[in-house]
Amino acid sequence: MIKAEQKPIEEILEYLAPHDHILLSGCGACVTVCHAGGEKEVALLASALRMARQSAGRPLEILEVTPARQCEPEFAQELTDTIGRVQAVLSLSCGVGVQTLTRHFPVTPIYPGVNTAFLGETVEHGLWAERCQACGNCILEKTAGVCPIARCAKQLLNGPCGGSSNGKCEIKRETDCAWQLIYDRSKSLGQLHRLTEIIPAKQWGTQSRDSGPRSIAREDLKV
Amino acid sequence: MKSGSNLEKVFEQGHFAVTSELGPPKGNDVGVIRKKVDFLRGFVDAVNVTDNQTAIVRMSSIATSAFVIQMGMEPVMQMVTRDRNRIAMQSDLFGATALGIKNIVCLTGDHHTFGNQVHAKNVHDLDSVQLIHMVKTMRDEKTLMGGEEKIEGEIGMFIGGAANPFADPFEFRALRTAKKAAAGVDFIQTQCIYDMVRFKEWMKMIRDLGVHEKVHIMAGITPLKSAGMARYMAKNVAGITIPDALIDRMAKAAKGSEEGIKICVEQIQEVREIEGVHGVHLMAIEWEQMIGRITESAGLLPRPKVD
Repeated sequence: MIKAEQKPIEEILEYLAPHDHILLSGCGACVTVCHAGGEKEVALLASALRMARQSAGRPLEILEVTPARQCEPEFAQELTDTIGRVQAVLSLSCGVGVQTLTRHFPVTPIYPGVNTAFLGETVEHGLWAERCQACGNCILEKTAGVCPIARCAKQLLNGPCGGSSNGKCEIKRETDCAWQLIYDRSKSLGQLHRLTEIIPAKQWGTQSRDSGPRSIAREDLKV
Repeated sequence: MKSGSNLEKVFEQGHFAVTSELGPPKGNDVGVIRKKVDFLRGFVDAVNVTDNQTAIVRMSSIATSAFVIQMGMEPVMQMVTRDRNRIAMQSDLFGATALGIKNIVCLTGDHHTFGNQVHAKNVHDLDSVQLIHMVKTMRDEKTLMGGEEKIEGEIGMFIGGAANPFADPFEFRALRTAKKAAAGVDFIQTQCIYDMVRFKEWMKMIRDLGVHEKVHIMAGITPLKSAGMARYMAKNVAGITIPDALIDRMAKAAKGSEEGIKICVEQIQEVREIEGVHGVHLMAIEWEQMIGRITESAGLLPRPKVD
């Protein structure tokens, strides 16, 4: 899922300086799971913002809402009346959700309250780690189910660099070397021979974000 | 001949090759290049010109290599995939070969966060194996990557790569070198060797895979200047192992630098005896003035005249 972290409150207060009546919108999906922008975080941030503005002598009125998925048009549309009553929206959803509101509400400023970080998994309670870069052409079949594009600092496709030491990456020594993981798993799967195959240069230019923003159109699903 | 470089001829005629390293200036002071070339000329067959090593901004390896040619030495141009995509690298290969550069070492490069431009966007469009294959395609198929566009002229490059027998996972290290051989590498320069036991083990794996018959392996040697340097490298540089016995020997020596040179000469003699090692790559980091003495003491002089 998408992982995010809340922005520093000082930065958020700067965005909100021109306003005295806003909607603070969270999201019930990814940012709830990573505790960055769910209902609980919306409530906590709202009271922190109210207190900060109160003590600055410029009270801020905040409506709170947490749609199930802010990135879906039907949930965004449900906010129409509420958004009509405020000067701006602070969104704690990921960058996608912010832009869903941007698309639906052309005259209301929508501010991001989180930094969208990566596509990752929950490793343990309170620890999330990057696992996918949405490169557009999955090679996990070739790399024993461990992605070197997301997990190797140099995105190496043909084995570990010279900085792999005791299973860790020389760039961030607390991070596992992706190629050590690929090697270990290939070994336990009895597939070490597959690592001698050269993985050719990736087609970034036509399959990844490098070809411009991507979209998926399914004619069979359109109404 | 693949490129007709001096280095290629030295190997082809069965000599034990010697290369060294030259770090370009951190600016445009050509005097720095001249000074280093003057330390090395006549002692090595070719000199590696590093490409913004440790991600510190320096004069480009192409421009520096061109100066090295003007100064009467043969360069081995390093090219890292960190900073350029395949468009820029192929364009630079046109330029480099036109300037008379005949050897290349294809590398991934040190990560940009180790350098002095930590906020740069790294590229890594290709990895080192894919870069080797791209240069080979340009040379042998005479086309750009992808095989469609014909190249005007010849890309005569003798293609090198690197190997680190001391990084992990150890069992994969020789296989990775075999991949470079399959991709088209002509010679391999290794990371600095201090752990001779592990190097010999790696060479055995290389021989078992038959890689030594397709590729010239050059053993990487870096003279230690002091016990402090040895301790620092052992602790801080990932992928370098220095046995305690060697550190102790440096620490007990009356003069560390003298002992370092002595050890270096012994290492050269030891690797020379290993089947499949066809040369040494001497990385005297900011100590280029010692290359003359080291090569002389190791019995590597005079260098062969192969033309």
